[in-house]
Amino acid sequence: MAKIVVDPITRIEGHLRIELESEGGVILKDKAWSETTQFRGLETILQGRDPRDAWAFVGRICGVCTSVHAIASITAVENAIGSNVPTQAKNIRQIMLEAQEIQDHVIHFYHLHALDFVDPASAIEADPQAAVDFAKTIGSTWKGNTLERMTAVKDTVKALVESGQLSIFSGGYIGHPAYKLPPEANLMAVAHYLDALEFQRSMIRIVTTFGGKNPHPNFLVGGMACTIDPEHSESINQVQLDQVSKWIDETLEFVEGCYLPDALAIVGVYKEYFDIGASSPNFIATGLSGTAIGGNPKDAAIGENNFKPGVVYDMNLGGVEDFDADLVEEWATSAWYTYAGGDVGVKPLAGETVPTPAIVPRPPYAMSEEDAASGKKFLNESEQDKYTWCKAPRYNGKPVQVGPLARLIVGYARGHAEIKEIVDYALSTLGITAAQLNSTAGRALARCAESVISARELKNYTFPKFVAALQGGDIDVFDASKWDPETWAAQCSGYAFVEVARGNLSHWVNIENGKITNYQCVVPTTWLAGGRDAQGQIGPYEHSLAGDGKHPLVDPTKPVEVLRTIHSFDPCMSCAVHVLDADGVEVQAVVS
Amino acid sequence: MTYQMDGWQSPTLGEELARTGVKRRDFLKYCSWLAGIFAAGPALLNSDKAVAAEVIAETLESQEKPVVVWLQLQECTGCVESALRSGGTTVEEVVLRLLSVEYQEAVMWASGDGANAALKEANEKPHILVVNGSIPVGDDGIYCTIGGESAETVLRDAAKNAVAILAVGACSVWGGVQASYPNPTSARGVGDIIKDKPIVNVAGCPPIGEVITATVAYYLTHGTIPKLDAEGRPLFAYDQRIHDSCPRRAHFDAGQYVRYFDDEGARNGWCLYEVGCKGPSTFSACPIIQWNMHTSWPIGAGHPCIGCTEKEFFDKFTPFYQTLPNVGGLGIEATAEKVGWGLLGATVAGVGVHAGLTAIRHAAGKRAAEKAEPLAAFGDGKVLLPDPKRATGKAADEPEAAPKRAAEAGESEE
Repeated sequence: MAKIVVDPITRIEGHLRIELESEGGVILKDKAWSETTQFRGLETILQGRDPRDAWAFVGRICGVCTSVHAIASITAVENAIGSNVPTQAKNIRQIMLEAQEIQDHVIHFYHLHALDFVDPASAIEADPQAAVDFAKTIGSTWKGNTLERMTAVKDTVKALVESGQLSIFSGGYIGHPAYKLPPEANLMAVAHYLDALEFQRSMIRIVTTFGGKNPHPNFLVGGMACTIDPEHSESINQVQLDQVSKWIDETLEFVEGCYLPDALAIVGVYKEYFDIGASSPNFIATGLSGTAIGGNPKDAAIGENNFKPGVVYDMNLGGVEDFDADLVEEWATSAWYTYAGGDVGVKPLAGETVPTPAIVPRPPYAMSEEDAASGKKFLNESEQDKYTWCKAPRYNGKPVQVGPLARLIVGYARGHAEIKEIVDYALSTLGITAAQLNSTAGRALARCAESVISARELKNYTFPKFVAALQGGDIDVFDASKWDPETWAAQCSGYAFVEVARGNLSHWVNIENGKITNYQCVVPTTWLAGGRDAQGQIGPYEHSLAGDGKHPLVDPTKPVEVLRTIHSFDPCMSCAVHVLDADGVEVQAVVS
Repeated sequence: MTYQMDGWQSPTLGEELARTGVKRRDFLKYCSWLAGIFAAGPALLNSDKAVAAEVIAETLESQEKPVVVWLQLQECTGCVESALRSGGTTVEEVVLRLLSVEYQEAVMWASGDGANAALKEANEKPHILVVNGSIPVGDDGIYCTIGGESAETVLRDAAKNAVAILAVGACSVWGGVQASYPNPTSARGVGDIIKDKPIVNVAGCPPIGEVITATVAYYLTHGTIPKLDAEGRPLFAYDQRIHDSCPRRAHFDAGQYVRYFDDEGARNGWCLYEVGCKGPSTFSACPIIQWNMHTSWPIGAGHPCIGCTEKEFFDKFTPFYQTLPNVGGLGIEATAEKVGWGLLGATVAGVGVHAGLTAIRHAAGKRAAEKAEPLAAFGDGKVLLPDPKRATGKAADEPEAAPKRAAEAGESEE
C-alpha cells in the first residue's frame, strides 16, 4: 500500500488536494480524501451590508463560472424584498446564463479536461491530411478542419517540442501509456483547442452586451441595468440584437459541429471510462441549465420547455421524485468546523458552526511518504481527522451528484423531449447503457450533450422569446417600486436556486432594517467535493475514485487516471468553501 | 491560452516571425495597436511621447523567450479568464507566444509532482512573476495552501529570482474581496509581502484582458516595467479617471442624470452619477479600451462604475448605489470646463495623476457630516457621505465645505 498525494490538482478553478492509497495499480476502496485547501469567508464579509450590493461581492466567488453567483444573489434578494422583476430582465438573465454555461463547458472540455486524453506531443507524428480525414470520419463539420490549418498547428507543436521550452507542458505526461489517441486525432484536438479559445473569446460578447464586461459582468436587484429600446441609440437596439444573434449562430455552429463530434470521439476511444469513476447514484436538479427560481422550487411554476425539479435515487430513471428544499443538510464531520450540537446534519436554515483553526494542521504538509518520515503530516493522518474546508451537503441523508449529468438524468426521467433525444442518440452511437452514464466518461459526455441542448435552446427559444417581446413593445427591465429599502419589510428573507454550469446553486439571505444579517451559499462543488459524513458515507469526488476499489492508477507520479475522473466533475474550489460570520459562527440562512 | 501552444525555434522574435510566415506589415499593425494602448491617455496631450509602432516592433523582434511563473493564490481565476479573453488578432497571439509559461495552474498539463517540479525548476531561472490572488497570512497560512505549502511560502519562493513582478487583479494588488471588512483570513496583497522588488499593480476586478497582456508586452518592449502611478499602476492604462474619458461626461456637465434605472435618462445614455457611479474617483482605461474586444463596458451597458481598480473599493465605495460626494460641476458647464482644464494642465505638467484632484470643487454638505457614513472619494481616504435620500431625491446642488483630505496636497509620488 502506498499513500499518494496529488497537490495541486491543476486545470481546475481553485485549490484541491487529493490524498489516496493505492496498491497494484488501483485505488483502494474508500481510500480517497478530497481536500479543499482554500478558504475566503466571503459571506462573513457581507454582514451588515446593503443587500443590493451583495451580487458584486458573491460574484467574486468565482471568475470561471462568472455571473452565476451574482444572478443567484439578486434572485434571492428579490425573493426576500418582494421585487417584481420584469419579464424582459428575466429573459436577459437567461440569455446570459445559457451563454455563460456553454462558454464554461467548452473551456472545460478543451482547456481543462482534454489534456487528460490528448497527448499534444504526439501530434508531431501526424500527417495533417490524416487529421483532416479523421475529423471527417467522426462527423466534425468544423470550418477549421483544413489541411492548411492542421499543417500550421503541427508545425507549431513541432517547434515547441523541439525547442525544449515546453511552456505549460513542462512536467507533463508526454508518452504516458494511458494516452490512446492516434497522432492525427491528437493533432486535430490541438487545433480545436486553439479554435475553442478564439470561439469562447468571441461568443462571450453575448454576456458583455448585457452586462458590460466579462468576467464579472454587472447585475442589478430588481432587473437589469442595460436598457433595451429599439428607438434609442444608447439602449440595446437592433444593432446589438444583430450581433448577439450572430454570436448565437457561431455558438451553435461550434458546439454542434466541433465540440459534440470531438467529445463523442474521445469518450469512444476511452470507452472503458464508462465503467470507471461511478459516483453517488443519486441526482438532484431544479431544471435545465439556466433555470433561476426564487423561493422554493417545489412550488415554482415550470417554464415552457423546462422540466420539473426532481430527484433520482439509485439511478432509477423510472422513479423520479419531487425536489424538496427542506431535505438539504450539511455535515462538518470532515471539515474544519465544529457544531455546538455535535456531529449532526444541519439544515441550511439553521446552520451553526464554529470554525476551529486550532485543529487545522499547519503547512507545510507531507507530499510523500518520505516527507511523512521526516515529520510532516498528511491532512488525514487517521480516519478521525478532519481534512478539508469544504462541508458535506446531503440530500435526504444521501450524497448526491449535481451538474450536467444530474440535469440530464433528472430531465430524462421527467421525459424532457430534447434531453431524451440527445441522450438516446449518444447511448446508441456509443453502444452503452444509461446506467453507464454515471462514470468519468459519462460526466464528460453529459457536459457536451447539455451544451448542445443549451445552444439550441438559446437560438430557438430563449433569444427569440426576448426579441419577440421587444417587438411587442416590452422594453421594461427594472422594477423601481422596491428599490428603496424603506419599501421593504423590517425583517425579510429569501432564497434562490439556479442551475449553473457545475450544478445546482442556491443562495439564502436574511435582511433586517435594510441590511444583510445572514448570507449563505450552497454551491455545486460543495455538493461534490465535500468529504465524509457522520454515517461514514464518502463524498462524490471520493466515491468516484474509491467507490469500488477498481479505479486505475498506474503511475502515482503521473496520476493521469485520477485527473480524468476528478476533472469530469469540473471542480470549482473557490465556490466550494463555506460560510462564517464575523464571530466565527456559521451564518444562519432563514426562510420565511 | 494559445500562446503556450507555440513552438519557439529561432533565437529572436523577429526571426521567429519570419520563420512562421507572419507578415511584417501585420506585425506592425499589431504594434501600432499596442502603441495606442500604451499611449491611450498621455498621447492625447503629449503626442511626442507616444511610442511609435516601428520602435515597438524593433524592440519586440529582438527579444528572446522569457520564462513566466504565473501563480494563482487566494482568488477566483477571474483574472486568468480575463487574460484568455484578451485581444483577437493572429499577430497578437504570435507576440504572446514570446513567453514560456512554465507554471500556470489553470492551464498547465501536469498536476501534483510534475507541477511542483516544473515550478521549482522555473523558480530557479530568472523569470517574470505574475501573481493572481491574495496571501492570507492569518493562522500560519492555513487558509490557502498549494503543493502543501502556504500561499506566502509559494509567493516568496517564486519572487526570489523574479526579474519583474506583476500583481494582476484586485486580490494580488491589495487583498481583494476577501480582504474587505472584517478580512477574516488576513488577506494581503503582493506588495505587503514582497518589499525588495518593484511590483506592477495591474488593478481591477478583474483587469481588462488587453491591459494584462499589454503590461507583459510593455516589459518585453521596453526592457523595463511601465511608468507607474502612486498606486503602482501602469500609467498607460490608469492615468485617466473614468469620469474624464467617459462618453457620458457631457451629460454630467449638462446636468442630465439617470434618476432611476430604466428611466428615460437611462434609455438616453445619460450620466449615472446620481445612481452611484464611481467613475469620478476611479482611474482606469475602461471607456477607452472597453471590454471583450470593444463590445461594451460597464457604464456603456447602463450600470454605474463600482470603482474596481481602486484599493479597498468594496469598503470605500459601498453602498455601491450611493451617490459619490464631492464631485463638482453639477449642471454648470463653465465649472466643468474649468475642472477639465485644471486636470489637463496638471497632467501635462507631469504632476502625479492624483494631483489634479485639487481642482475638484467639493460639495459634501453638513448633513453628510451628521450621517458620518464612511465612503471614499478619489480612492484617497475617508470622506463623509450625504444623506441617501438627498442623494437619490434632489441634485446635490448646494456646495458646502468638505473635510480636507490628504490627496488635496497634490504632491507627485514619482
